[in-house]
Amino acid sequence: MSMKKVWLLLALAAVMVFAAACGEGEPEDSEGSEDTGGTEETEEETSGDGSAEESSSEGGSEEASGEEGELSGEVAIDGSSTVFPIMEAVSEEYTQEHPDVQAPVGVSGSGGGFEKFIAGETDLSNASREMNEEEAAALEENGIEFFEMPLAYDGLSVVVSQQNDFVDHLTVEELKQIWVDGGAETWSDVRDEWPDEPIDRYAPGTDSGTFDYFNEVILEDEDINRNAQMSEDDNVLVTGVQGSPNGIAFFGYAYYAENQDSLKIVPIDNGDGPVEPSEETINDGSYAPLSRPLFTYVKKESLQEPQVLDYVKFLNENAGDMALEVGYVNLTEEEYDENMEKIEEAAGE
Amino acid sequence: MKAARQETTITTEERLQEPANLSVREWKNKIFKGIFTAAAGFSLLMLIVLILRIFTQGIGYLDWNLITSFASRNPSDAGILAAFVGTIWLMAVTAPISFILGVGTAIYLEEYANKNRFTSLIQTNISNLAGVPSVVFGLLGLTLFVRELAMGRSIIAGALTMSLLILPIIVVASQEAIRSVPTNLKEASYAMGATNWQTIYRVVLPAALPGILTGNILALSRAIGETAPLIMIGALTYIAFLPENLLSQFTVMPIQIFNWTSRPQEEFHLVAAAGIIVLLAMLLLMNSIAVWIRNKFQRRF
Repeated sequence: MSMKKVWLLLALAAVMVFAAACGEGEPEDSEGSEDTGGTEETEEETSGDGSAEESSSEGGSEEASGEEGELSGEVAIDGSSTVFPIMEAVSEEYTQEHPDVQAPVGVSGSGGGFEKFIAGETDLSNASREMNEEEAAALEENGIEFFEMPLAYDGLSVVVSQQNDFVDHLTVEELKQIWVDGGAETWSDVRDEWPDEPIDRYAPGTDSGTFDYFNEVILEDEDINRNAQMSEDDNVLVTGVQGSPNGIAFFGYAYYAENQDSLKIVPIDNGDGPVEPSEETINDGSYAPLSRPLFTYVKKESLQEPQVLDYVKFLNENAGDMALEVGYVNLTEEEYDENMEKIEEAAGE
Repeated sequence: MKAARQETTITTEERLQEPANLSVREWKNKIFKGIFTAAAGFSLLMLIVLILRIFTQGIGYLDWNLITSFASRNPSDAGILAAFVGTIWLMAVTAPISFILGVGTAIYLEEYANKNRFTSLIQTNISNLAGVPSVVFGLLGLTLFVRELAMGRSIIAGALTMSLLILPIIVVASQEAIRSVPTNLKEASYAMGATNWQTIYRVVLPAALPGILTGNILALSRAIGETAPLIMIGALTYIAFLPENLLSQFTVMPIQIFNWTSRPQEEFHLVAAAGIIVLLAMLLLMNSIAVWIRNKFQRRF
């Protein structure tokens, strides 16, 4: 009987520390985190500029090239899931150079990110759309000064199934006719020579920045066709249009680029002849109007912290390359130069 | 099938002669048995399909590197270290909080509270809470823990939110366990002059503990798979450092997996599958501990 009690107690203890015990199974990790525990206090305090030198003397010798010494502290980044891959890549690179700076990235969506930005919780807020007036007003009310920094372009790609052999290109008007509620029912409604088959539409969900942008430039705030199948997961749209001979879909360029072999891209005619989305046409702006900029919004006050200023500069220098690597398109050199001017002005340099 | 159909026609003809209707009833019995077996088989089949799919996709990326490296933009370098450790931290903090609060509530309701309107109000509310969508708990956690109590986007805020989320399950399970302790054991204890607390501590809890623990672990395995409330309170997605204390920022495995599955690159989907295998292994481990405890310590009265 008493033996059983002991067992029970043991089991209870095992449950309570079960998770912790798992952690200890990973000797390198837990020790690693404890080792850095010493610098943790300084990290939290280095928000002010004064203690930067302290931590450099403590931080060790890895950083040889940095003219500003060893940076530490935190950069709070949140926002759009579309911008996330770029930020993840930049943070990954940045952490390699400055291992003591913590630059984690959250994914609350463009709107959710702005909410945290307005509450003053973040330094950088990523967005796949421009900030709207209410958000700007709320920021002003809270006394938060900010500036907008374009990072890269995404080309919304309109695709059809590979079995679709009749669509060669679409004009912006035709695109609107297909997608707007009360517009075309069948492909023959769009152009007479096309087959009399109903159109299957696949679109990103209304919460997404992708939809917002399409709504702005194509739908012009009219309702989207009520038969359109909406999904927040762009991979669902890809699968949908792949399996539907009369289907049409739009989504970010990266999703097309990854599935080029199984999808057919539709060149878009904005009055100057049909243009296909590609790195060049998106970069030079000829793929219009479906090229959209991706932004991050920077809180000016945060630039007083050396690690945030350094991160933002690093971001501006590397965003283009990283964007290309994860499937977006870089801005032009001039645009990045403009960003740099904004940063320097805001930092008071 | 043919033979079976013939059998039914015969039996319908013979129905009038046979008052007991034996073959019709046996035939019905067979049909229903078939339906229910198919129902059970269906869910099992789905589970097998899921596991097979996950394993064939993820096995290539399932290596030590997955557990020991941080997330990356290159699928081949990407790992779940931050998410794995984050999940463990979150569970390690959630478990004691929800255990103390949940079991405490259950003891109060079962052993101390009088059966009046107030207790039945609490009881109804607990049952209702169990049905509240998890995002709502996330909103509560965001306003209460993250903002009002200024805990920030920290492990402790996440753990408290998770505790609230699974509290109803724990309370109900613990109540069931406590209720199943026979009254005559308690009465014997009271007859010896023991106080209410002595009875609870020496008689009720030891007898009910296996049931309580099982309920707790099963509730934790629900929490381990939750994403929505943690995204609401601002758990992160990309982190290149490990949590150091209760106020550290964190991410958990479901968030990381969800992020990978929504990427355009096929390789990320495979890494996600590998991550799912790790998550499933953790779940399985927790559930087997629950089963083990139940089998080892459950006493029948």
